[in-house]
Amino acid sequence: MLAPSILLLGVFVYGFIAINFNTSFTDNHTSAQAAGGKPVSWVGFRNYLDLFADPDFQHSLRNLVVFTVVFLVGTMVIGFLWAWLLERPTKGEGVFRSIYLFPMAVSFIASGVVWRWLLNSNQGEHASGLNRLFQMVGLDFLQNPWWNNISWGVAAIALPAVWQLSGYVMALFLAGFRGVPDELREAGRMDGASEWQVYRHVVFPQLTPVALSALIIIGHMSLKSFDLIMAISKASNYQTKVPAVDMYIFKSNYDFANAAAVGGILLVIVAILVVPYLIYTSKEEGAR
Amino acid sequence: MRRISAVAALAAAGLVLTACGGGSDDGDNADAGGDNSASKVEVFTWWAAGSELTGLQALEAVFAEQHPDTEFINGAVAGGAGSAAKDLLQTRLQAGDPPDTFQAHAGMELQDYIDAGQLEDVSGLYDEFGLNEVFPQDLLDLLTVDGKIYSVPSNIHRSNVVWANPEVLEAAGVDPAAVPEDIDAWIADLQKVADSGATALSVAAPWTQVNLLETVLMADLGAEGYNGLWNGSTDWASAEVTGALEHFETLIGFTNTDRDGLDWPDATQKVIDGVAGYNVMGDWAVALFEENDIERGTGFVDFPVPGSDEQFGFLADSFTLPVGAKHAEGAKAWLETIGSLEGQVAFNKAKGSIPARTDADPSEFSEYQQTAIESYANDTIVPSLAHGAAAPVAVLNGVTDAVSKFTAGGSDLATFQSELGAAVNG
Repeated sequence: MLAPSILLLGVFVYGFIAINFNTSFTDNHTSAQAAGGKPVSWVGFRNYLDLFADPDFQHSLRNLVVFTVVFLVGTMVIGFLWAWLLERPTKGEGVFRSIYLFPMAVSFIASGVVWRWLLNSNQGEHASGLNRLFQMVGLDFLQNPWWNNISWGVAAIALPAVWQLSGYVMALFLAGFRGVPDELREAGRMDGASEWQVYRHVVFPQLTPVALSALIIIGHMSLKSFDLIMAISKASNYQTKVPAVDMYIFKSNYDFANAAAVGGILLVIVAILVVPYLIYTSKEEGAR
Repeated sequence: MRRISAVAALAAAGLVLTACGGGSDDGDNADAGGDNSASKVEVFTWWAAGSELTGLQALEAVFAEQHPDTEFINGAVAGGAGSAAKDLLQTRLQAGDPPDTFQAHAGMELQDYIDAGQLEDVSGLYDEFGLNEVFPQDLLDLLTVDGKIYSVPSNIHRSNVVWANPEVLEAAGVDPAAVPEDIDAWIADLQKVADSGATALSVAAPWTQVNLLETVLMADLGAEGYNGLWNGSTDWASAEVTGALEHFETLIGFTNTDRDGLDWPDATQKVIDGVAGYNVMGDWAVALFEENDIERGTGFVDFPVPGSDEQFGFLADSFTLPVGAKHAEGAKAWLETIGSLEGQVAFNKAKGSIPARTDADPSEFSEYQQTAIESYANDTIVPSLAHGAAAPVAVLNGVTDAVSKFTAGGSDLATFQSELGAAVNG
């Protein structure tokens, strides 16, 4: 009974990936070709080479790196700190856990609508959103154009993403902390380790697999980011373009070949991140 | 374990089946597959809210009167100023499941559908319904591609209109009744408004910046020069274009800094609220002033973008007959209603645009609409870029990208000019 599901997966996942790559190696750039009215020919890697040579696509890739770094570092640091705080017996731990985890229940589109207003780029007299808040509490120097900065603006869009997923990373780390047997900590203390040394040499090393999972999950979410960016900014805004947005615009232009090529590039980037992890976990399982 | 995999396989199979089933039955189980009959017509639009929705409802009422035997099915898709609808439409056309008729901007935006062989030539219907006599020749020329016409326009909008708040202008020492002669004179006025502390000119997301750019090009190049940008007789690298782009750069300098996050109603609202002095937007903006109970003349003033007053920046919604429509006869009945005097008057009174036909009685329309009807009859009709009349979608997207990059500070004027040329000439 496993065979049919493997067959279905083979067709609807790997088959379509193959079709996508096949399209990306053609010159299918116009509506007539997309509808089958004009011939489509094979051009090899030309679409990929053109994309990588295009300064606008380089800008998109750079934006993706900035977004991913801020998103990853933000969620990992905040999620870890929250988990560490809650790891010690705390009164009302359940309440805090729910509060931290709650933003994850909101969809990116819904939170994007609110954050679009919070991240309004007007400063001074016409300020609103966070800039206005900074004015009201006398922190005027914190006002900035948010996502309208052309070099680092995309990092501002990572803020709501961090807000939404830090709680999830916290839950992962909390499970990791709880998975460390008390006997190990006791043994450490018996050997004369201070509380910090217990963490440093006994607890933290055992969190590595959890940290790796969190890194993979957040990392691949970040690379696929599209909905949050579209909800806050617009597809045509240069300052927040990422490859997923380019793919969408190519598709709207009937430029199926370039859309497929961007899709292929994204798949390869995600694979570079995920495959080493898969190899690592399968080795771990093999060693058991 | 075996039971679990069986369940998993069943679930996967179920997913596949529903995926295949979706889309093929859109509410016509009775005569699945379609029979080309006039029993019903699925009308695909992005008119799902506001004055557009009331317009569609007015059309529906006229249609029910003229063709009582044809059932009207509203296939409107809301969201994204039509982008959600266009994406779904692209998918349906690609899958060979077209709606019976769909809304599209008249002009070059139809080019992709025509190239793909997805539209029927409807010039025969123009003869049948007598539309050749009632549409102006300028319009017929803009609609004709290689001697064929592929759509019937339901309404006409003007893209090159300035909306201004007289109170803000007076406070800045600008006479709201005096219309600046050209862009330079307007810039002097804008400077006064900016000095008074208000936002001089409000714009929104990149497509509204493209709308502003096209009106500056109209004003500085004249009708012939502007049209030449699209047929190749005006060089995008010429000094005249550089001059227009310099004007555009100056104008962008007068605008609100949160423009990229706004949509057009937010920008026009700034004029209504007295936060901004001027806004350039198509004449659908008049509906927003009317919704706020603001009187023309006292609460707001409007005039063509300075320097482009002899031109009518044209865009139109139009309806098509897709190849393979399930109810082609129903679609023809719909197109007859769209082209009829009764249908055009009812729709445009509700939507705030003007009829494409020249035989409508102007006195049935509002004060603004009457001025638009007059300019439509007398001015040179030039195609709007931002709304698909002047160039195909890929060109428009290329120009929009270049404009967004420039106004966000990602390129200088020379780069901007060369990117525009590259976007248009490929």
